Amino acid sequence: MRVAERYEPTVEADAEEARQLRETWKSRGGLIGWLGETDHKKIAGRYIVTAFVFFVLGGLEAALMRFQLARPESGLMGPDLYNQVFTMHGSTMMFLFAVPIMEAVAMYMVPLMIGARAMAFPRLNAYSWYCYVIGGGLLYGAFFLNVGPDTGWFSYVPLSGPEFAPGKRVDIWAQVVTFTELAALAAAVNQIATIFKYRAPGMSLSRMPLFVWSILVTAFMIIFAMPSVMAASSLLALDRLVATHFFNPAEGGDALLWQHLFWFFGHPEVYIIFIPALGMVSTIVAAFTRRKVFGYTAMVLSLVSTGFIGFGLWVHHMFATGLPQLGQSFFTAASMMIAIPSGVQIFCWIATLWSGRPRLAPPLLFVLGFVFIFVIGGLTGVMLASVPLDVQVHDTFFVVAHFHYVLIGGAVFPLLGAIFYWFPKMTGRLLSERLGKWSFWITFLGFNLTFFPMHILGLDGMPRRIYTYRAETGWGDLNLLATAGALVMALGLLLYLINVVSSWRHGAWAGDDPWGGEGLEWSVSSPPPDYNFQHLPTVRSRAPMWEQGPDQPVVVGLRSDRREVLVTRLIDAEPDHRETLPDHAMSPLAVAIATGVTFVGVIFTPWAFPIGIIITGIALIGWFWPRDESRELLEEQP
Amino acid sequence: MRDLHSALDAAGPQAGRIEDLWWIFFWVCTAVFALVLIALLAAVLHRRREELRRVDGGERSLTRAVGGATAISAIILIGLLIASVSTGRAVLSQPPSDALTIEVVGHQWWWEINYEDPVPSRRFSTANEIHIPVGRPIRVKTRSTDVIHSFWVPSLHGKRDLIPGHPSETWLQADRAGVFRGPCAEFCGAQHANMHLLVVAEPPAAFEAWRQAQLQPAPPPATPLQQRGHTVFLSLPCPTCHTIAGTPAGGRIGPDLTHMASRRTLAAGTLPNTKGYLGGWILDPQTQKPGSKMPPVAMKSEDLEALLSYLESLR
Repeated sequence: MRVAERYEPTVEADAEEARQLRETWKSRGGLIGWLGETDHKKIAGRYIVTAFVFFVLGGLEAALMRFQLARPESGLMGPDLYNQVFTMHGSTMMFLFAVPIMEAVAMYMVPLMIGARAMAFPRLNAYSWYCYVIGGGLLYGAFFLNVGPDTGWFSYVPLSGPEFAPGKRVDIWAQVVTFTELAALAAAVNQIATIFKYRAPGMSLSRMPLFVWSILVTAFMIIFAMPSVMAASSLLALDRLVATHFFNPAEGGDALLWQHLFWFFGHPEVYIIFIPALGMVSTIVAAFTRRKVFGYTAMVLSLVSTGFIGFGLWVHHMFATGLPQLGQSFFTAASMMIAIPSGVQIFCWIATLWSGRPRLAPPLLFVLGFVFIFVIGGLTGVMLASVPLDVQVHDTFFVVAHFHYVLIGGAVFPLLGAIFYWFPKMTGRLLSERLGKWSFWITFLGFNLTFFPMHILGLDGMPRRIYTYRAETGWGDLNLLATAGALVMALGLLLYLINVVSSWRHGAWAGDDPWGGEGLEWSVSSPPPDYNFQHLPTVRSRAPMWEQGPDQPVVVGLRSDRREVLVTRLIDAEPDHRETLPDHAMSPLAVAIATGVTFVGVIFTPWAFPIGIIITGIALIGWFWPRDESRELLEEQP
Repeated sequence: MRDLHSALDAAGPQAGRIEDLWWIFFWVCTAVFALVLIALLAAVLHRRREELRRVDGGERSLTRAVGGATAISAIILIGLLIASVSTGRAVLSQPPSDALTIEVVGHQWWWEINYEDPVPSRRFSTANEIHIPVGRPIRVKTRSTDVIHSFWVPSLHGKRDLIPGHPSETWLQADRAGVFRGPCAEFCGAQHANMHLLVVAEPPAAFEAWRQAQLQPAPPPATPLQQRGHTVFLSLPCPTCHTIAGTPAGGRIGPDLTHMASRRTLAAGTLPNTKGYLGGWILDPQTQKPGSKMPPVAMKSEDLEALLSYLESLR
């Protein structure tokens, strides 16, 4: 293994190497091949499609709620169904759409952006997706059997405790949360290992694309935040299943403990969704202004500091609980402070737009829409950081408006832009720009029509999570407007979907680099070959496609007859050693089924837990069974 | 009188201070938004000249602009923080010592209201409707015995969660007469939507008259029909849950009915308190408020007529 000064292969050798790589990295056919898939791009593709299916389901639930609230005293849904629907909407969007979609896009793009052939733990990706599908399937299976959870996506105790929520609804919710966060953790560990150790030679941390930085920060946040909610949901399951009293005030438990554990996860969760979107915005801004994003160091520091401060805000969800004032002031200050790194990034993007040559293609339109909506959401966030204002608008439609501005504006708009931008890389075809512009403007208009009136409703005293309201409250007209807006927004999103579906089949061929992008992902074919890079690139710039000449050295000497990857050092990405990755494997599916059976089983009996440990253990033995290559590799590189 | 429920139509000192703070935040944030939007549009649309693309000089002025904008943001945030904390200290302070004390207890899905007094005979209970004298501070002690509710009267003050195991205290005051709505502000189960209370602020004399009336036991039945209604009430399961002071009915599970006819709404703001709605509510509460803890009560129509006549007399 060496970094060649000058690599001049013969045409024949090159073609033979490509043939071997194709053979080594290709997917196996048939159902068995499909189930045992470990290619990060294929798993990520499934992840993305699954997440968008859940997005559509969550959106339909939102539409149901908007129809119910369009008029006072509507009889469309009773409280039982409505409470299930709003719980499903929140749980779906947070646990089954927002976090998974960001991880999925990262799973697809990060190895291509850092010049790697695969992710560090290919089978862990597959396991993550299977867990996610089992968790989401469980939630929706329960919902369609009328045992959908009905205590809100936050499931406050004691309402969700055994006394006030009999039946299995909350148990299912708790297990789905634990299970899908397990999937998130698996993906996050994989991202960190991949980003730290698989970067192409020369891509030091200081040359890493901003999107990759954002994913790195997000993955660390997941590792610190998710265990908190998994602990909470497991304690809740214990309270319900074996009558522990962690949250039962009558027996010395504490109802506030739940809120601390939940929001210690719940607030970072918002940034887990939002930070990848910031990386997407930076990528799009650079590509469509034809210049690198202004202020790389400031951008990276902003991402990292957002990751840290994001863990110091959770109490602003609890200002109405009557905590001591001094403590509240600290959280007010922290909640306001986090506006600064967000502000720095917005200023840097504006500076980039100012000094670049912006082309108003749909991805950039989505980014401009993002800035408009997100700044409003950020400013109402500053209002919510203030204790006196918060105790007025907390748990009202003002908050509903605020976090939809932050999450749809801050995450979905950049995501739609990023999908538009990377769709040609993933499928080889371009989306229609004309349809893209239409879908942007209609979605943007519909979004603001839907959610802006909710600010006013909240200030006028309309609480959240109510299935009906009386006409004399005067909330009817603005609610009707919001429902009309939701229909407009749905039309915009439908156009986007139509664009994706029709372009996937009939879109114009994109070629390798339709946008003239700056990152390594544009140096490979569209869609990328199974092995990503025939020759691993080397990097000496933050924008390798723009600033490196055609004579940039490549890495040679990796074996093509097995799945060999190059491991580099953490800080400076100097080549360190080679590693062989496992290929096709059924063990992730087996372990996912074993853990799935355990998680579903404990809803009904505590015995599922010891039995589950045994079957999961057996499945894990299969996972860790030594491979032949390991022995071979040990002999080569003792 | 139409009830009021807007945080931007304050009728008391705390809500008033918060409203002032709101307008400070509103105008500052609106200005910031406008400036960001102008900068964004200018960045996209401004006319570009070739000489502007000299990289070094451009970068330095951009750094200055971004640094300046960040510094201004930080200064604005510190200003807002100071305004917020000082308002917070004012509105979340201890209640004045001459305050009238009321206990608010949250139940699924109604509000128990207990008027406290050092003299035991001057204490009484009511439900879903709080009367207060204008201009006098009211200490509100809050607790919940089942799930978390939140006490919130937007015209008077921000909310305070009622968390089982965490009794709490806040205070409020009305500076003008009016009827102010207070919807439960923490999701508390099936009928969270139909859990409202009303705060009736009235001149001190009117309040005193109301209090004197509430302190009395229920008026005895005055007509044969009311007498029959009284008997019907006691013979049905009603007394298991409801109290009527001065009668054997002493249940504490549902609202105190001693002076129920004096209240404006039924079932915590679900229905207007009229004879027709009351009859419908007693016969079939689950249609009006599905999930309510009140079971349907079947009876002959003459009995219902008598019962309504009796309940309507509980002023």
